[in-house]
Amino acid sequence: MMGSVLSTRARVWWAVITVVVLVGALFPVVSILMTSFKGPSDINSGTFLPPQWSTDNYEQILSSGGSAQELFLSALRNSVGISLIATAIAVVLATLAAYAIARLDFPGKRLILTTALGVSIFPVVSIVTPLFNLWRNIGLYDTWLGLIIPYLSLTLPISIWTLAAFFRQIPWELEQAAQVDGATPWQAFRKVIVPLAAPGVFTTALIAFFIAWNDFIYGISLTSTSAARPVPAALAFFTGASYFEEPTGAISAAAVVVTIPVVILVVLFQRQIVSGLTQGAVKG
Amino acid sequence: MASITLKDIVKKYGDGFPAVNGVSIDIADGEFVILVGPSGCGKSTLLRMIVGLEDITSGDLMIDGQRVNEKAPRDRDLAMVFQNYALYPHLTVGENIAFPLRLTRGKFSDAEIREKVEYAADLLELREHLDRKPANLSGGQRQRVAMGRAIVRDAKAFLFDEPLSNLDAKLRGQMRTEIARLQRRLATTTVYVTHDQTEAMTLGDRVAVLRKGELQQLASPRALYEQPVNLFVAGFIGSPPMNFLPGQVSGSSMELPFGTFELPERIVSAVGERELVIVGLRPEHFEDARLVDPTKKDRGRTFDAQIDVTEWLGAELYAYVPFEMHASVAEKLEELDRELDGEGLRTQFVVALNSASRVRDGDTTELWFDPDKMMIFDPETGENLTHDQDEVDRLDRENEEDRRASLERAQAQADAQSQKASA
Amino acid sequence: MSTETRGARRAQPEPAAPDPAHGRKGRAARSDRARAEARLGWYLAGPAFVVMLAVTLYPILQAVYDSLFNYKLTAPDDRSFVGLGNYLVILSDPVWWRDFAVTFFIMVVSVVVELVLGFALALVMHRAIKRLRGLLRTAILVPYGIITVVSAFAWFYAFDITSGYVNSWFDWVPGVGPDLNWFAHQGTSLFVIIASEVWKTTPFISLLLLAGLAQVPGDLEEAAKVDGATAWQRFSRVIVPNMKAAIMVAVLFRALDAFRIFDNVFIMTNGANNTEVLSLLAYRTSIGQLQIGMGSAISVLLFLCVIGICFVAIKLFKVDLAGARGER
Repeated sequence: MMGSVLSTRARVWWAVITVVVLVGALFPVVSILMTSFKGPSDINSGTFLPPQWSTDNYEQILSSGGSAQELFLSALRNSVGISLIATAIAVVLATLAAYAIARLDFPGKRLILTTALGVSIFPVVSIVTPLFNLWRNIGLYDTWLGLIIPYLSLTLPISIWTLAAFFRQIPWELEQAAQVDGATPWQAFRKVIVPLAAPGVFTTALIAFFIAWNDFIYGISLTSTSAARPVPAALAFFTGASYFEEPTGAISAAAVVVTIPVVILVVLFQRQIVSGLTQGAVKG
Repeated sequence: MASITLKDIVKKYGDGFPAVNGVSIDIADGEFVILVGPSGCGKSTLLRMIVGLEDITSGDLMIDGQRVNEKAPRDRDLAMVFQNYALYPHLTVGENIAFPLRLTRGKFSDAEIREKVEYAADLLELREHLDRKPANLSGGQRQRVAMGRAIVRDAKAFLFDEPLSNLDAKLRGQMRTEIARLQRRLATTTVYVTHDQTEAMTLGDRVAVLRKGELQQLASPRALYEQPVNLFVAGFIGSPPMNFLPGQVSGSSMELPFGTFELPERIVSAVGERELVIVGLRPEHFEDARLVDPTKKDRGRTFDAQIDVTEWLGAELYAYVPFEMHASVAEKLEELDRELDGEGLRTQFVVALNSASRVRDGDTTELWFDPDKMMIFDPETGENLTHDQDEVDRLDRENEEDRRASLERAQAQADAQSQKASA
Repeated sequence: MSTETRGARRAQPEPAAPDPAHGRKGRAARSDRARAEARLGWYLAGPAFVVMLAVTLYPILQAVYDSLFNYKLTAPDDRSFVGLGNYLVILSDPVWWRDFAVTFFIMVVSVVVELVLGFALALVMHRAIKRLRGLLRTAILVPYGIITVVSAFAWFYAFDITSGYVNSWFDWVPGVGPDLNWFAHQGTSLFVIIASEVWKTTPFISLLLLAGLAQVPGDLEEAAKVDGATAWQRFSRVIVPNMKAAIMVAVLFRALDAFRIFDNVFIMTNGANNTEVLSLLAYRTSIGQLQIGMGSAISVLLFLCVIGICFVAIKLFKVDLAGARGER
């Protein structure tokens, strides 16, 4: 639709399309949000909206004394910590590598990119078995480090691809222009290149973080206690308040809690995320 | 303000290929010098060596008599306008212009910086765009921002790397005069790289024509046009380009594709013993025989020509005449055409006639030309055998006087303006 | 002048424009500068390269080695070399083939559905006015950002016979009623699993397709309009052929991703009622039953399947991964 003035018919169409897309994209999220507000007696009500709004489930996972509080909060701590560290390491390594790939001419450049591609299509389960055995032998099983290392196999390749694509688009001759304008090499880097590269690095970090945050297989395979178990894995092992009670409510509440930051990040940075996701992927 | 001296400058890359080979140019303080040539002639490399973005393999580069070969770009105090403007996309127009001043850290107060930026912005009519980002500017505006960034510095010299090549034709014309006006006004030494001979002719006090990394000729535009040293310069300067025709000489007569003519004494002596030469005739040296001023008609010769295509441009009329190329010079001329980025389509010569001429496509008509205007080139070396160094010196001297005069006028005008402003 | 001469001329090495400096660098015999550049390149890229190899190449080699042994953690001392025995056991077991079929089915169905939906979404976003586009993009990024396990739970609870509302909402659909237990049958379970998978990953494919759409020059479509093509013809004959590379890459990436499906199945059925997928089989064997040898063999086979899919895509469908990903 190029014209700024839309006919009424077109307006109606666009309204319908927008509603359909919004409902399709958000419905499951709203659905679990509603479930999370159902009290223990309403869980099996079979309705979409909670018959009675209750915050019992949130109290269970967040307030001190809640039956799943210890389990959830330690998982949250593990998830945030491990994902952040894995992201940071991946982004630092990938920034160096992507700079080399975008700026320098050296044999093996393609090999690195191909390797990254290969690693990114690697089935995670194929790595889990040997790591499981090895980690148990060398004491990394059920530790943060034991998850951070395999998370690099998820975060590093995509970071390299995305950053290389971002860096290729930086007009590097500006560095020279700055030097002619009287900048020292360090000034040229800091005042010109860093501001231009920062959005790309930030976006890459965001995407890498999402990926680490989303992991499930490593989480359930390489941990056994709350010492290192991240949120997705913890959700799968939640138990109800009693043996006969399904943990539906607590899981829903926990799911909502870990989803909120993601939704906020997505809303704030949708433009950057989209450019990051498609940067490396489709070109020419 | 400064003079720049290039002495035997050589640039060799890893494979030993000389991109620039032994170029020497003296650029006087306040002078506007153009480096021109077809793509790959080394002109941009030369400019980047002056500014310090390329290493100099051998030779001396002096600014104000001081050798600066090893100095970093920032220590040379030169301002450069890049081909794609190299504006910092994350900074506003104002901050882009202020960027070089901010780098000096502490040398200028914020008020001084603002004053300088506004001065430059006024000069370039950028005042209302200062808070915008480069991405929101038109091509011409970006170009002016790039110039603004060069101006605020009070740098020793301006370097331009094909600054107008990304603009459309109309804007290019406007910016060309803008640059010329600015340079006169500021009287800053300027080196300007272009592949466009019109820019070279209109802007330059002197023009250096480069070919495959070697300097062919350095002279005033007029001297280049009237006294080119060789085929290359002759073919490069002028639009439409000079016609090159095979000329077979026997005694004092010459057979050209369109007839046999008696030669003036000057030409005969230039030809010497040669039997085959390349004859250069500019399009405007021809005329529709019916429209030639009778007083000069006798000086020239007439011949019948079959006109292929005509182009009426209002002020004049171009007519294209096909001819048979002599096999022994064809190769030389094809090579020349290639070097000048030509497509080598067909052998034809073009004549620029009075626009009142009623010659039309397909006509057979009588054309007139003045054999005294012929240039004769050696078919082997391409050297201009009719080149007259005395005439070159005279033209350059005149040009230099004119330049000084106009520079002084521009300065006086600027002074008067600033006095009026302060009064 | 004849066309021959022109052709010959074009074959001549063009002078590198605008300046021979940049083109020449690569061709040159390795000068000191080039060698220094190569060294710096590897200093910078080397750590990332080594880490990538360390976290994938080493484990897969270890898996290949382990797969040749009869090795259970429940009886670690009984480790014995069995050669390709584990592979023979797996490949002659109907469970492997059943899981393979289920995995393949999920992959094909979800990729096809995602491609259709993703294209529709991409076209909607491509045509939408700017303000609307931002809103739509934000909306579809929500599924992308959400943890797969969370999405699996959301879908599971909606369809679950005790806590779900789907049965009461859709009881007008033949076959759906209060007694339908979606997770008690293979077909219905796979339906929900695929629905969750599609919901979660369609955004990714549609963004890739949107980027591909943006690369089709607008005047091509206008030219087709002038040439008299209908909307469908413009789409199928002009737009799709011109973004084939983007489509192929998107499909391949999604297919590989779907083939590794694990989270959804684990949460919803844990493989019950013939819904087990290969990743789950590998997990169950090695982590669940601690049969390292057998589990490693399944891991290796799974890895070979992924390579096979890639190989087929690249050889048969000529997917140019490197080209489409911006590297030349």
